[in-house]
Amino acid sequence: MNTKVDLAGITLKNPIVTASGTFGSGAEYSEFVDLNLLGGVVTKGVANIPWEGNPTPRVAEVYGGMLNAIGLQNPGIDVFVERDLPFLAKYDTRVIVNVCGKSKEDYVEVVERLADQAVDLLEINISCPNVKEGGIAFGQDPNAAADITRAVKAVAKQPVIMKLSPNVTDIAYMAQAVEAAGADAVSLINTLTGMKIDVKSRRFALANKTGGLSGPAIHPIAVRMVYQVAQAVKIPIVGMGGVMNANDALELILAGASAVAVGTANFTDPTITRQIVDGITQFMAEQGVEDINELIGAVRS
Amino acid sequence: MGIKRQEEAVIIRQEEIATDIYSMWLHTDQIAELAQPGQFVAVYCEDGSRLLPRPISICEIDRADQAIRLVYRIAGDGTKELAKLHTGKALRMLGPLGNGFPKKSKKAIIMGGGIGIAPVLQLAKELTGDKSIVLGYRSELFLKEEFDKCGKVYVATEDGSIGTTGNVLNAVAANGLDAEVIYACGPMPMLRAVKQYAEEKNIECWISLEERMACGIGACLGCVCRSVKKDSHTHVHNKRICTEGPVFSAKEVDI
Repeated sequence: MNTKVDLAGITLKNPIVTASGTFGSGAEYSEFVDLNLLGGVVTKGVANIPWEGNPTPRVAEVYGGMLNAIGLQNPGIDVFVERDLPFLAKYDTRVIVNVCGKSKEDYVEVVERLADQAVDLLEINISCPNVKEGGIAFGQDPNAAADITRAVKAVAKQPVIMKLSPNVTDIAYMAQAVEAAGADAVSLINTLTGMKIDVKSRRFALANKTGGLSGPAIHPIAVRMVYQVAQAVKIPIVGMGGVMNANDALELILAGASAVAVGTANFTDPTITRQIVDGITQFMAEQGVEDINELIGAVRS
Repeated sequence: MGIKRQEEAVIIRQEEIATDIYSMWLHTDQIAELAQPGQFVAVYCEDGSRLLPRPISICEIDRADQAIRLVYRIAGDGTKELAKLHTGKALRMLGPLGNGFPKKSKKAIIMGGGIGIAPVLQLAKELTGDKSIVLGYRSELFLKEEFDKCGKVYVATEDGSIGTTGNVLNAVAANGLDAEVIYACGPMPMLRAVKQYAEEKNIECWISLEERMACGIGACLGCVCRSVKKDSHTHVHNKRICTEGPVFSAKEVDI
């Protein structure tokens, strides 16, 4: 049985990776999951300098999901390179570094710093809904998204995945824009902007007022958007959004994803990534699927 | 930081000990023997619509019987679900999490306010030196008998129905209590006042904080508090309550 998939020329041992921001750089979860069993670890967004993030409360639970407005708190690229990358280098798994920035120059600086590092792929976050500058501002404008893509591609030594926002009218159009600008892959969906109000205190649940909605509530949206993007571009797709089990991951693969990221589910069970990897193998055995690649985009009308 | 475990802990018994406040003893595999006073567990819900574990502090540890006691207040649907569970039911949880109270051999005041009384009971049991215990309630008492077995207890109630009228610091003043170290858990206004009191009197002070959490293990950065100095892990002025806390030296946090 083959579970290996190709992502922009990089082979993953299986299609399951972690979703950026939910898994740190893997150290905390390595107490619960053998990282060697994962297709890859996608690290929390890292910027050129440390970011303090947003005030608390930063998280709130909602029915079938959660809102977060962490605000991309991160220790900056220097600490990331000195501490986090050497930790990940100990494991036989692909290292995918999520890069964030407030300007084109910020992204370029981080990508340049990663050029000679043990990093397999870059994921460029142009879709974080929780920061005022950068983030989603680039991800909602096809010209800006293409501009960042070109700037990053000009200096990147690793394949570039552009992470897309669902908070747009036509995500397929955004995917086409970054593909035309040279992106090697796209990942989707980032969180959907939401809001929760505590009726007794009459206050916003989050200090940031709005936050990104993730969890099973958004999974059908992710399936639909991965399908739409798969119809519109030739580059591979990392699908994500509310994956709680192997079945959810397989839906995204059938819709057209070559790899699937697991995010919020880590909060519900720290061993969930491993369970999903096992669940996919079990499904393949039961269904007589010899090669996982047979399933990518294989949904039937 | 110690070992964290994911376990199915089994409810030994559960009862309501005051209005909307529940006490639950659970049999654990290893959490009880690993746990220290002031640490917490993250309890998962069965209902799949509730994704995040509920962080609940450990109230008592019975290492001989491998049991822990959780005392919690109903705050929403998740804790409502917990309150309905009966003896024999297994609860999936992570623990023990975070850092507990450092046990100092100094004259101590242990302060608990509201549901923040629960996290200091095991500390009161384990601190062997000279200690006073100050408990602040709205009006209805709970866990007081357990604290009585650990040392002299002073009570404050907001409505003045029992003990000193007001909060824990009013009770400290009314009874002329002093100490070389303060341990406190309670609502944020109380902790701010205790921190200020300790700084004015130049008393060592340890406080236990809470915040909305997601992962519970330091990965998501959801539950941070402001730190006075740049934190050695985050490299910004933030500390993770689930991991560097929940117990902090009052001097190191900006609350």
